[in-house]
Parts: sequence; structure tokens; C-alpha cells
Amino acid sequence: MSVKPPMRMREKVLLRVASQVFIPLILLFGLYVQFHGDFGPGGGFQAGVIFAAGFVLFGLIFGLEALQRVVPLSVVESCVALGLLIYGGVGVSCLLRGGQFLDYGVLDHHSSMHGQHLGILIIELGVGLTVAATMLAIFYAMAGRGRT
Amino acid sequence: MSEHLSALIVVLPLLAAPVCLLLRQPTLVRIWTSLVAWTCLILAWTLLGRVETGGTISYSMGGWDPPLGIEYRLDALNAYLLVIVTAIASVVFPSGTILTGTSLPEGRQHLYFAALLLCLAGLLGISSTGDLFNVFVFVEITSLSSYTLISLGKDRRALTAAFSYLVMGTIGGTFLLLGIGFLYQVTGTLNMQDLAVRLPDLLQSRTVLAGFAFLMVGGSIKLAVFPLHQWLPNAYTHAPSAVSAFIAATATKVSYYLLARVIFTIFGAAFVFDALHLHWLLLPLALMAMFAGSLAAVFQTDLKRLLAYSSIAQIGYMILGLCMASEAGLTGGIVHLFNHALMKGGLFLAVASIVMRTGSSSVAGISGLGRKMPITMAAMVVGGLSLIGVPGTAGFVSKWYLVVGALERGWHFVGILILLSSLIAVVYVWRLVEAAYFGEPEHEVCDVPWNCWLPTWILIGGTLVFGFWTEVTVGGAAAAARAILGVTP
Repeated sequence: MSVKPPMRMREKVLLRVASQVFIPLILLFGLYVQFHGDFGPGGGFQAGVIFAAGFVLFGLIFGLEALQRVVPLSVVESCVALGLLIYGGVGVSCLLRGGQFLDYGVLDHHSSMHGQHLGILIIELGVGLTVAATMLAIFYAMAGRGRT
Repeated sequence: MSEHLSALIVVLPLLAAPVCLLLRQPTLVRIWTSLVAWTCLILAWTLLGRVETGGTISYSMGGWDPPLGIEYRLDALNAYLLVIVTAIASVVFPSGTILTGTSLPEGRQHLYFAALLLCLAGLLGISSTGDLFNVFVFVEITSLSSYTLISLGKDRRALTAAFSYLVMGTIGGTFLLLGIGFLYQVTGTLNMQDLAVRLPDLLQSRTVLAGFAFLMVGGSIKLAVFPLHQWLPNAYTHAPSAVSAFIAATATKVSYYLLARVIFTIFGAAFVFDALHLHWLLLPLALMAMFAGSLAAVFQTDLKRLLAYSSIAQIGYMILGLCMASEAGLTGGIVHLFNHALMKGGLFLAVASIVMRTGSSSVAGISGLGRKMPITMAAMVVGGLSLIGVPGTAGFVSKWYLVVGALERGWHFVGILILLSSLIAVVYVWRLVEAAYFGEPEHEVCDVPWNCWLPTWILIGGTLVFGFWTEVTVGGAAAAARAILGVTP
């Protein structure tokens, strides 16, 4: 009588079904925290972590390879860079529009309040992107240890 | 656009770093990094000219005026420092990965350049911001990127070196943060100028004193002031050679600036030296650093470690200038920042060439290389002479001002000790000369190609040029010293 090999996580029905229910909810909640950040608690940093948690859960259940098929490492690295560039790009575009660096007020011609709102929204988007991508990069580095 | 230069000089390398991640192609990334470094040098030079003619430049980030918003504030001291840092970066960065003395894995080289640019951005940020918390943020950016850079060294000891630097650096960074927090708690402001206005009434407060102590100790760890220097020799020895050159020539200089800023701008020389008598603590430490560092350098068997211990001694000279708190002393200390950056950067690059050819950085390994690699070894000798302070080299100029400063304060014994410690430098430089020119060649090697010796010689040539032509270096340093002492010429 042969010993059955331990079941892999993706073969466990409960985990698979539950994670399939939870992952979209986690991602949605991440987006909520991201875009509701200027009215309630939240913002790019928290949203990025929550959003990445959804991907990490997927990776834990379905394996690192499956996750890297969805989000390859090169994409993750580019997103780390892109988030920072979005942040800095807002600052530079403020310069080009005649304000100081990161002076969002000048982003809207009509009302500086709208400009401030727009500026912080885009900046937080950059923060969220970088944080989420960095979380994933750390997860890849740790989960990929020992494999080459 | 021109009024934004003081922000752009930090923003440019900060945003250029992520671009490296997107470009990926090694040659392209190297050209990009060099272009950024050169642009920063031009910006720094322009800013220095502006500060000289138009006085202090203040820039409010995000349109929020100081003291509420973050202010970037350039006076003669920061502008001078910006030129030092960007000049070293412009020389070291273009050599790319040839001079690292280690093989970075294929396809990961762009990350090395991104880390270099982040380190540059952090150093420039510390130098130009007028906001104390912003200083902490940039200290962390610099430190994190330098841990990464150091850990890229060729053997596994680089990892432990980077880790012990990480531990010490984090303690230093935390101390800085604690100090900043204490000052903020008492004064309610983070702006340096505003702190300088509010602190004089609060100097009796224990919180302020504790904050000052934390800032000084944190800054001293970052600067590797004796006896807080333990992280430095390993970090410089095991880091990739080009990284040792860059960090040795810039990071300690910026930490020195930070200490000078805390002492002179925020707390004021009257409080620090007349009330607290800090010079009676710093002066013995500086003297011990000069002797212990030089003596330790004499007994090293590894070139990079020898240079690292010599750096500890040189930091002692700079601190000496700080304790004098006089125009001549500070001029000596600040001009030594510039001169030491040139010579130590050049020497580390020369070692990088040696490592590239012989594969090791041991002192025994350079035996007979004076004949095999004449260009590189000549650079090594000139750099060594400058470390000793031979007339005609830049090292002489800074030591001259330090001795003058010491005599002005009536510290005759300090003047004598400066000369005595220079004699120890003769010993360790002579060991190099003896091995290189009187030993038998062990390696059948030829000299390095021009793109390797050129950066070395730009810096070493600089020590010769600025040994005679001191108008810019000493002039700038004297202006910087006057600026932080609050003396009008």
C-alpha cells in the first residue's frame, strides 16, 4: 500500500473555492481604499498592500508559477519604476505649468482646489502601484528562494 | 525654469533611477546614468555661482511656504557640497561596471545603476534640504541604496559587511530620528531656520539637550567618527571598487555637512562650544582618529582596507576643523572635504584598476606593478603624497589651513599633532611605493585601457591642480565657513 503524497493547496476544494471568492473582493477593497483615501482612512500605501495581498493569496494557493504567468517579474519591476515616475511626473508637470515642484494647485486652470484634488489622486495612484509591485517583488524573491 | 534648479538637482537623479529599470539595456543605462550625473554637475555648478552672486537660495516645495512646508535652502556650504558630490558622481558613474571588480549577473546590471542614482539623489537631498525631517528621509534613501551597493561585492564577506553597516546605519538613522522628534516635540517645527530662531530660549530644556545628543551621535555614526567607525573598514573593503570610490568620496562628506549644519545653523556655535564645551569631547576623538586610523592603516595587508583606515584618520582632520569653530579651522575642514573626496576617490579607482588586472587587492599583490602598470601606480603615488600632505598637492592646502586654525586658537599641541600624524601617513604610503617600485613583478599584466585610468587620473590630476590653484576650493570653503558662522566678509 503506497502512502498518498500530501495534497497540494490547489487540490483542496475548500481553499480553492474560498480563495476564488475572496481574491476579487480583496482586489475590490484595495481599489476602494485607494480611491476613497481622500475622504476616509486609506490611501496609496494601504491600498497597495491590500491589492498585493490578493495576488499573494493567489500565489499561495495556485503556486508561484501560476502567479508569475499572470504577473511576470519584469512587469512587477516596471510597475515599481512606473509608480515612482507617476509621482515624480506629477511634480514635474506642476513645474511645467508654472508652479513649484509638487504644487498641485496649478494642475487645474479654473480652481486650485480641483488641482489639489487631482494631484493627490494621481500621486496616491503612483504610491499604490509602487507599493503593490514592491510587495509582489518581495514575495517573488522570498518564494523563489532555492529555485533557480 | 531657472528658479527651480535647487529642486531639480534632487528630483532629476531620483526620477532617473526608475527610468533605469525601464531601460534595462546595460549600455543604454550606463549612458543614461552618466548623462544624469553630468547634468547634475552642471546644475550644481550653476547653483554655486548663483549663491556666490545672489546669496542664499530658498525654494518652497509644493508651494507651501516655510516654515510650514518643506524648504530647500542653499547657501555657500550646501552649494559647495553639491559640487563635490556631483563631481565625484560624474567621474565614477561613466566607468559603469568595468571598475566594480565584480561580475554583476547578466540582466541585473541596470539595478546597479538604479541604486547608484538613488544613492546620489539621497546625498544631494540631504545636502540641499532645509527641513530636518526631510534630512532623515534622504539619509534613509542614501543608506538603503548603499547597503545594496556594498552587498554587491565579489565575495560573500560583502554580505556581512553590508549587514553590519545596515545594523550600525539603522542605529544611526534611528538616533537622528529620535533627535529630530525631540526637537519637534519642544519647538513644534522642523524647519532648520525656524528651529534656529526658537531654540535659543529653550536651551535649558533636557529634551533639547537629549535631542542634540541624539543628533550628534547619529550623525557621528554615519560619519564614522572614531570610535563609531567599526562599520567603515569592512564596508569599504568588500564593496565593489567603484562603489567604494563613490561612497568614500561622498557619503562621509555629506554626514560631515549634517553635523556642521546641526552645530552651527540649528544650535549655534555659542551654545555648542561655549556652553556645552563640545570641542573638549570632539577634539580628543579627532586626535585619536588621526593617530589610530593612520596607525591601523600601516598594518593593513589589503589596499582597500588600508585606504579605509586612512579615511578614518582623514575624518579626524575634518572633525578637528569643526571643533575649532573659527573661520580658518572650518575652511580647513571644508576644503578637506573637497580634497579628500578627490584623493580618496582617485585612490579607490586606482585600486579598482589593480583589482581588475591582478584579481586581488592585497598590498603584496602590487609588488613590481610600478613597471607593469605605470599609469595606475603613478596615480597611486600622487594620491598617497596628497594623503600625506606634501606641498604641491591638495592635501597640503587643507592641512595648512587646519594648522593655521589650530595656532589661531592657541592649540599649539594640535598643530604639532597634525604634523606628527602626517608622518604616520608617510609610513603607509611608503609601503605602497616600496612594494610597487622595488618589488619583483609577480603578475605578467599590462596597464588598464584608457577608459579605466582616465577617471582615476581626473581625480588625481585634480589633487595636483587644486594643490596650486586654490581660488575655487579654498575660496568656496572660506565662503562656506563664513556662511555657517554667520560672519559677513
